[in-house]
Amino acid sequence: MSGVMKRMGMIFRAKANKALDRAEDPRETLDYSYQKQLELLQKVRRGVADVATSRKRLELQLNQLQGQSAKLEDQGRKALALGREDLAREALSRRAALQQQVSDLEVQHQTLQGEEEKLTLAAQRLQAKVDAFRTKKETIKATYTAAQAQTRIAESFSGISEEMSDVGLAIQRAEDKTAQLQARAGAIDELLASGALDDQSGLAKDDIQAELDRLSGGTDVELELQRMKAELAGGPSAQQQAIEGGGAAAPQDTSQQQQQSHPRFEK
Amino acid sequence: MIVRIMGEGQWKLADSHLVELNKLDDELLEEMDSGDEDGFRRTLNALLEAVRRLGAPLPDDALEPSELILPAPDASLDEVREMLSDDGLIPG
Repeated sequence: MSGVMKRMGMIFRAKANKALDRAEDPRETLDYSYQKQLELLQKVRRGVADVATSRKRLELQLNQLQGQSAKLEDQGRKALALGREDLAREALSRRAALQQQVSDLEVQHQTLQGEEEKLTLAAQRLQAKVDAFRTKKETIKATYTAAQAQTRIAESFSGISEEMSDVGLAIQRAEDKTAQLQARAGAIDELLASGALDDQSGLAKDDIQAELDRLSGGTDVELELQRMKAELAGGPSAQQQAIEGGGAAAPQDTSQQQQQSHPRFEK
Repeated sequence: MIVRIMGEGQWKLADSHLVELNKLDDELLEEMDSGDEDGFRRTLNALLEAVRRLGAPLPDDALEPSELILPAPDASLDEVREMLSDDGLIPG
């Protein structure tokens, strides 16, 4: 396929990758791209605020014009009651001009309202994406740091040569970077899609959420493991055994979970 | 296959629909190259409609890279051309 769809996708990915390649540490890259997303989100929000302001201004104008129109109608009625048809005619023709303005403004108002709804929707969608990205970013960063530490521990225990450990680290970095590129590509889609965006508040809260997600993720794995073990052994006594064995199996579970988190970005 | 419509969201489509979309997409590219604004609009709408009809929308918080990306329904021919040029896509 060489049509518009494919070309837009390709250009977009090439640019995302280019932006990412500049940063050395994968964790820096993640933070950088998150920062960019926040900036874009802020832009979208500013756009929403601008449109809302214009809409309110229009509403004020509309109210004013309608007030004047009502007043002219009233004057016309009074003039007629006093037998001044000429005056009444004048008032009504002025009112007709005002009504024209009113209906013009109403059309504009409707357009603005549509625009505002569209922008608000885009901002909300973007916010959801950025939030999801933030959670994944923290998970990847933690995984990366843990992987580094594990490598160091393994080295000091087994006395692997420096050369070997360098190779291991390089592979880890490469894998990690790939996962980030893919995560970033997904998030950036949405940014491009709505053209803009930001959230300074609630950072701490979401860190906690990320931690919670991570913890509950680990628990699920263990529960699942226990359940499977019980199934294999097929008895309550075996289940008890599995629970006891749960603690010892935990470090292994964690590493499994880390490995699983990579393919998640490769969809 | 994941397709994004800019400003709207992402749709998941079976690969078997690619043939139908591809035809419209090539048409769109042709109209863009020849500057046929009316044809461009008509084909773009047909293409977007096909994606919406054939695909299942992804939730907003899904983090899936799009394989294919389509301009927003109200994008003009010039805007799309600009997006396809070298610096149009990522601001900054």
